[in-house]
Amino acid sequence: MYDHLLCDPHAHLSRRTLLGATAGGAMLSTIASHLALADATGITPAGKPKSVILLWMEGGPSQLETFDPHPGTRYGGDVKAISTSVPDLQIAETLPQIAQQMHLGSLVRSVTSKEGDHQRAIYNIKTGYRPDPTLVHPSIGSILCHEFPSQLDIPRHISILPENSPARGGYLGPIYDAFKMGDPQNPVPDLKSSVSEGRFARRMDDLKWLEDQFRRGRLRDLDQNRTLHESSTAAALRMMSSEQVSAFDVSNESQSTLDDFGDTPFGRGCLAATRLIGVGVRCVEITLSGWDSHVTNHTLQSARCEILDRALAAMLRRLEEQQRLDSTLVVCGGEFGRTPKINAAEGRDHWPHGFSTFLAGAGIRRGGVHGATAADPKLDADKPLADVSDAVTVGDLHATILAALDVPFEEELQTPIGRPLKRSEGTPIQAILNS
Amino acid sequence: MKPALITIAKWVWFGLLMLVALGYMASGLSKPSEPADPTVVAAQQTKLGATAIDDAQSTDSLSQVILAVNQARREQLLHSGLASAEPADWLTICRRMSLALVGSGISLEEIRQLETLPESEREATHLDRLLNDPRYHDYWAERWARYIVGADEGPFIVYRRRRFRHWLSDQLASDQRYDNIVSDLITAEGLWTDRPEVNFLTVTFDSNDGNPDPIRLAARTSRAFLGLRIDCLQCHSDFLGNVSLGDPNDPREGLQSDFHQLAAFYSAAKTSGLQGVQTGQADYQYQYLDTDQEVAVTPAVPYSPELLPETGDDRSRLAAWVTHRDNQQFSRAAVSRFWALLFGQSATESVDNLPLDEPLPAMLDPIVNDFQTHRNIRRVIQIITQTDAFRAASTATFEITAQHESQHAVFPLTRLRAEQVAGSIAQASRIKSIDRQSSLLVQLIRFGSINDFLKRYGDLGENEFSNDGVTIPQRLLLLNGKMLREAGGSNPVLNTASHINMFAADDRQAVDTVFLCVLNRYPHAHERDYFAQRLANCDQRSETIEDFFWTLANSTEFAWNH
Repeated sequence: MYDHLLCDPHAHLSRRTLLGATAGGAMLSTIASHLALADATGITPAGKPKSVILLWMEGGPSQLETFDPHPGTRYGGDVKAISTSVPDLQIAETLPQIAQQMHLGSLVRSVTSKEGDHQRAIYNIKTGYRPDPTLVHPSIGSILCHEFPSQLDIPRHISILPENSPARGGYLGPIYDAFKMGDPQNPVPDLKSSVSEGRFARRMDDLKWLEDQFRRGRLRDLDQNRTLHESSTAAALRMMSSEQVSAFDVSNESQSTLDDFGDTPFGRGCLAATRLIGVGVRCVEITLSGWDSHVTNHTLQSARCEILDRALAAMLRRLEEQQRLDSTLVVCGGEFGRTPKINAAEGRDHWPHGFSTFLAGAGIRRGGVHGATAADPKLDADKPLADVSDAVTVGDLHATILAALDVPFEEELQTPIGRPLKRSEGTPIQAILNS
Repeated sequence: MKPALITIAKWVWFGLLMLVALGYMASGLSKPSEPADPTVVAAQQTKLGATAIDDAQSTDSLSQVILAVNQARREQLLHSGLASAEPADWLTICRRMSLALVGSGISLEEIRQLETLPESEREATHLDRLLNDPRYHDYWAERWARYIVGADEGPFIVYRRRRFRHWLSDQLASDQRYDNIVSDLITAEGLWTDRPEVNFLTVTFDSNDGNPDPIRLAARTSRAFLGLRIDCLQCHSDFLGNVSLGDPNDPREGLQSDFHQLAAFYSAAKTSGLQGVQTGQADYQYQYLDTDQEVAVTPAVPYSPELLPETGDDRSRLAAWVTHRDNQQFSRAAVSRFWALLFGQSATESVDNLPLDEPLPAMLDPIVNDFQTHRNIRRVIQIITQTDAFRAASTATFEITAQHESQHAVFPLTRLRAEQVAGSIAQASRIKSIDRQSSLLVQLIRFGSINDFLKRYGDLGENEFSNDGVTIPQRLLLLNGKMLREAGGSNPVLNTASHINMFAADDRQAVDTVFLCVLNRYPHAHERDYFAQRLANCDQRSETIEDFFWTLANSTEFAWNH
């Protein structure tokens, strides 16, 4: 009974065809099922499928204390700038290790949005769309999993330390929601049964017997046509016994590796992300919160940067060493930046009019920089973008990410409200994409 | 001496300041005893024009409505050539009512109480108890809050979702008429802490610089209270034939101006410092697509303009129009919403997309007509739960197809929402009903465990009636998660499983009781035999009963309404 594949709506036709062809559908390898799907849809995926690691700096990191410092200016604050591995590019001294890896990616210093509230801005940055009461838009990871179906024993979309805003499947459906987990030094939740193997097996036998009773007199193929309950149970059991689960576990890594990443929850999350991508996971997002520095901005930002610096730099080094950076996109950014003006409490407030995002890896040009914010901004409230050169929108950023991942970003999907909607309404930033 | 005098002077100054502040606030907080403007009186009188309910007449007419709904169903099935399922047993119907109205299954205590009554009285008695149960008021308040203000926590400080929910709960507890509730929301005034209904407006503050956002409020009003999706008209006129407005009998394509004219009503809601939201003059400007400049937009309604009072302040006029007795769309939207809350799925493709020119399923028409007169929420619930459609079994001796479900030949299978799963597990783990009378400890345990469960299980948010299948993390949570482990584990003081182990007279009674607690039904004979046999052959009786609890709670039957 528990040998069905979990239904993937996108691949429904092909999945059913595959199941019809072989009772051992569950045994299909990732590649085989991917190719079989391509056969059924007439689309052959080009090259190695890409993955993405999203580092979400929740709270709003200050561009001035991270990737876009203006030391010695009216609004520059106490931070100093340091040189990087890219000629003529300087970033804040708070990120010394990242500075040495900047040649691996591109920096966008001119992201703008219209959302200055955390909740709305997080939605905006995670989906590429502003909040809309009629529709929940899918996050980047959901779009990627939806576009490139594949079989894996473990979830293909994972959110580590998700705080209150884990990535959602939105109108693509909850099966594309991110699998949430905490600090990778703890076991993955709910994976181990609390009873002995024998007792668990007896429970499952009773459950199977009971399910047989419930199916009587109901819809034909109740599970596949409606509930997916038994299929999901089967998939959950596969995950419980899968060797792929070990990808979550960073305890096997050497202490020096853990130290490289910082041995913090976020650092361990980044380390786990590199392992998970290695077994075929499509998207891992890791959240580092605590950037909301309305008071004592410099101190708070510096403390967060210390954690980010080690983790991101180590991640880039590792992916590069393992030759996986070409197929893995790494994105690091927050929901907005912080005001140039330092307030009375020595803090900086929310600032969506020009902030930074760093991208590296798959499809992204190495050593690029796009856009700039003025060193001596005029801060005209009526013209907030006057201080930003080559401004890009959050939508543009999304289009760039999707383009780098080979997702047709302009393609329209039918939404549940009957309105076709593009995956992204932005325009890719060609200057940072590999041609 | 001098420092003491300075301190006293400071306190006196502080006291005076507080008195002035309180006086200022109070002038804005209290409800005006009489509207100064006679035009406001006119608008409010229009709003309250519905007929009062006469109890004796209403009971008679209730039966007439139910008969009409059943007749419509019979004709529908005859027309489609579909057979109907037999009526479900009383326990199944009571479980459906409990899931829909209080968000959990029935407790063993409730089942035993109902079993003391003649079978013919059980369903009505259970419904009557539920409608007067604070659990119903609280649960529907949360479900309503989702479609009225959304599921998110909203802007900080200026929005109090919990307070808004409690206000809705109070309205349901006092059996307030639906049109009055909606009217209070549209015309809300004051501070969001003092007047909870104002949170309907303040939830939009974050997108309009600390003021009510007319655009979001227009979209919310049309979807939630009128069942119309006109959101796309915000940016452009309809060119796909999706939005029909104007004369309901001769509709036209929706225009961009329809949306913004509706939004203009809400521009009359102004934030006035410590007095919260107050009523001012509408002053809405908008630059329409393909035009060069902003123009002043006058408030106007997107259809049936003859129902809009000419006088009164703008929001009162809008409230009067929305809730007008002849605005049938208001009743269609309300009845469709309540139907969906009871069945767990919409009677139409979507509960908030009921085009003006498209009829509802014929079964809903008699209920809509009745609601036009009574505007009574409990009455609608009483009607729907007594219809053949609600009482039909979800199984049949013939092969069931998707068409049988869509035509209500059988009760449709619907997936339990996250809080219904959690609520049902919590309730199944106790013999007695968990309500406000329960001990503080039991209520705290329930609250804590449900909250933890929901965080991991996920929430559908505003997507109330999605019937997507269960996900792997959700199944893992039920297979191995803490809530079910603790709910079904050994706890001689609190848990059902331990009580059954200690007090069941024999194995068959133990099996019966586990089934009643978890699945809210007696086991069939072969099920009783199967599980009793398992008990008879086991080494650890208490563990085996825990295993039964776990097994039943992990079944499709438990996780789906049927």
